[in-house]
Amino acid sequence: MKRETSKRGTIWLLGPQYQSPFLKDVFPSFGIPEGPIAAVTAGWQEREGEDVELNKHLSGRAVDLELYRRADRAFGSDPELARAHREMQRQLRSLTRIYDRRLSFLRESILWLLEESGDPRLLDPEREHAFGQIRDLDAWHLKRIVEIRGEFEENFRPAERESVARERESIARALSDAAALVVAGGHVAVLLNRLRLFGVKDMVAGKPVIAWSAGAMALTDRVVLFHDNPPQGAGNAGVMERGLGLCPGLVALPDGKKRLDLGNRFRVSAMARRFEPDSCVVLEQGDCISFNGEGWRAQTDVLRLGASGELEKVSAW
Amino acid sequence: MVEREEIEGGRLAVHDLVERRPSRQNVDDFLRKNSFPLREGRYTTFVYRGEADAVFLGHWIFGLPSSQEFQRVLSTDLWFLVMELPPASRIEYKLQRIHKGKMEWLLDPLNPRRASDPFGENSVSSTEGYEVPEWTKPDPNSRPGMLKELFFESKALSGPRRVVLYLPARFRPTRRYDLLVVHDGPEYLMYSSMKAVLDNLIYRLEIPGLIVAFTHPERRLTEYANHEPHARYLAEELVPFLEKEFPLLGEPRSRCLMGASFGAVASLSTAWRYPGFFGRLLLQSGSFAFTDIGTHQKGPVFDPVVDFMNAFRGHPREVSEKVFVSCGTYEALIYENRSLVPFLQKAGMEVRYVEARDGHNWENWRDRMREGLSWLFPGPLWMVYE
Repeated sequence: MKRETSKRGTIWLLGPQYQSPFLKDVFPSFGIPEGPIAAVTAGWQEREGEDVELNKHLSGRAVDLELYRRADRAFGSDPELARAHREMQRQLRSLTRIYDRRLSFLRESILWLLEESGDPRLLDPEREHAFGQIRDLDAWHLKRIVEIRGEFEENFRPAERESVARERESIARALSDAAALVVAGGHVAVLLNRLRLFGVKDMVAGKPVIAWSAGAMALTDRVVLFHDNPPQGAGNAGVMERGLGLCPGLVALPDGKKRLDLGNRFRVSAMARRFEPDSCVVLEQGDCISFNGEGWRAQTDVLRLGASGELEKVSAW
Repeated sequence: MVEREEIEGGRLAVHDLVERRPSRQNVDDFLRKNSFPLREGRYTTFVYRGEADAVFLGHWIFGLPSSQEFQRVLSTDLWFLVMELPPASRIEYKLQRIHKGKMEWLLDPLNPRRASDPFGENSVSSTEGYEVPEWTKPDPNSRPGMLKELFFESKALSGPRRVVLYLPARFRPTRRYDLLVVHDGPEYLMYSSMKAVLDNLIYRLEIPGLIVAFTHPERRLTEYANHEPHARYLAEELVPFLEKEFPLLGEPRSRCLMGASFGAVASLSTAWRYPGFFGRLLLQSGSFAFTDIGTHQKGPVFDPVVDFMNAFRGHPREVSEKVFVSCGTYEALIYENRSLVPFLQKAGMEVRYVEARDGHNWENWRDRMREGLSWLFPGPLWMVYE
């Protein structure tokens, strides 16, 4: 495997690690300097810190930042903050229900328009308009989330409260000593909430970051939840939140071969066009892509969803 | 039997054979070249080869004569029966062979597909559109949960009760779980592959990690037929014990009672006696017998069931929050199950009702579990990416 020169701030995103973890196979190629590696396993929730396996992949260098436990501790010692946070979450859930409902109509109309055959002079403008509508709705939903979060931040200033501030200081110390940050997968909302609560984005500036699955999603601009064949309801994709924005121009689709109907060119096209100009990239077992601040490179080709409905194999973009 | 002139679109393979006045070799070739029962479009040809005075198909499809006679291919030992079956049908059957005045039940020797139940095995046939769901088969990738046996001393039922507890993979005492209580636990485990189903659905994030109590009846037809001590055993003894000993959420919406046939009656009647305690019910092919007028003809074992159902229908009330009901359209109980749904809805419960072209059997109940469990307990599918 080609050894890359570690650049400050390089971000590596990997495919899923739950079945046959391959982190240890690619980790040496990252050229991470000596020293501890800070790990975020908050997405594992109650299993946070059960990192024996993870540590093997990082040559025993992992130091778990315990964001999940720290959040529990902060909320436990600050009932007012806990109440306000719960209320914000309740509002966000309600908002999401409304968004999902509105989305289902637009998604259905887009798929219908893509599948419909007929005079392209008539259909194409309709399709473009429909994509405009769904992009507007996604943007609107993100804006509303930012507003609700903003109100919470402004009214309760979590970063300045003692319960959170002392945890932040401790995390900042651990991160300043670390050679890199690893963000594991798991529950993406739980993970992102903790990363945001403790301001990890600002603390990690300039350090290499390695992330996979939900961890990778949390680092992007927009966290997109997706599944084409859920046991209940129609498959759909929707924006959940703004991510940390460390990986621009990317919609991360971990385990996409399992979750998405990639053989259906209408669905592939609908997803690719909806999230343009971002690239919708499938991250599978063995996949490893990196971002150096300017562009993306894949160690071996990865699949990108094409606007025409084809799957493109790409190594750089 | 569908007669040849009724076949739409021409001929079936067996008719070609019959027309040729087949030799022994022709019959050998016919059997070698095809797999049986032979599916051709909407038609299924069942075949038996052997000495017999008559052969019948014994099946459990409500709405068709329960015993259908095969025809003999002239001057051969080959018997056949053509049936028209709707798409996505799954049927269980046996052959009845009459030979030298004796009748015997046989599994179809030409069909390797079998299903088991407490009474033995049946042969299985299905039509286009039915596949055994992938998620019912053991998946080496799925992390296995653990089964743990415990004996529980029940005052209500005056004796010890065996319970097999399922703890999901990655069970952590620090997490709190939903609870599913299953009637006829051993049968669900043995004939409905319920451990594999749970392992797979949890692994696929379609349901959350659940703790499941597989209960074992002692006197099933008594205990499951609207029996107050049984309801008390579940609601006042077993569930409180489990909630004390295991990390359970302990809220109505996190408690589900499940059962099939009489087990479904036991589930609904327990919820009726303890309204609001079980926020989720999963009722499969319930024996929900009732009368609108007069007396029922189903035998004394149904007396308490009919009493309960008539009381429920007379004054439906909200005993749970969400109720999943399923039934096979080939079951004699389809009428009772269809009739129940509006009463559940009228009482204010959220109901999902599902039918499938299948009979009163454990594989039908197995095949509906994904839809039922994932509706009652939606998993973190959309949120978890590992």
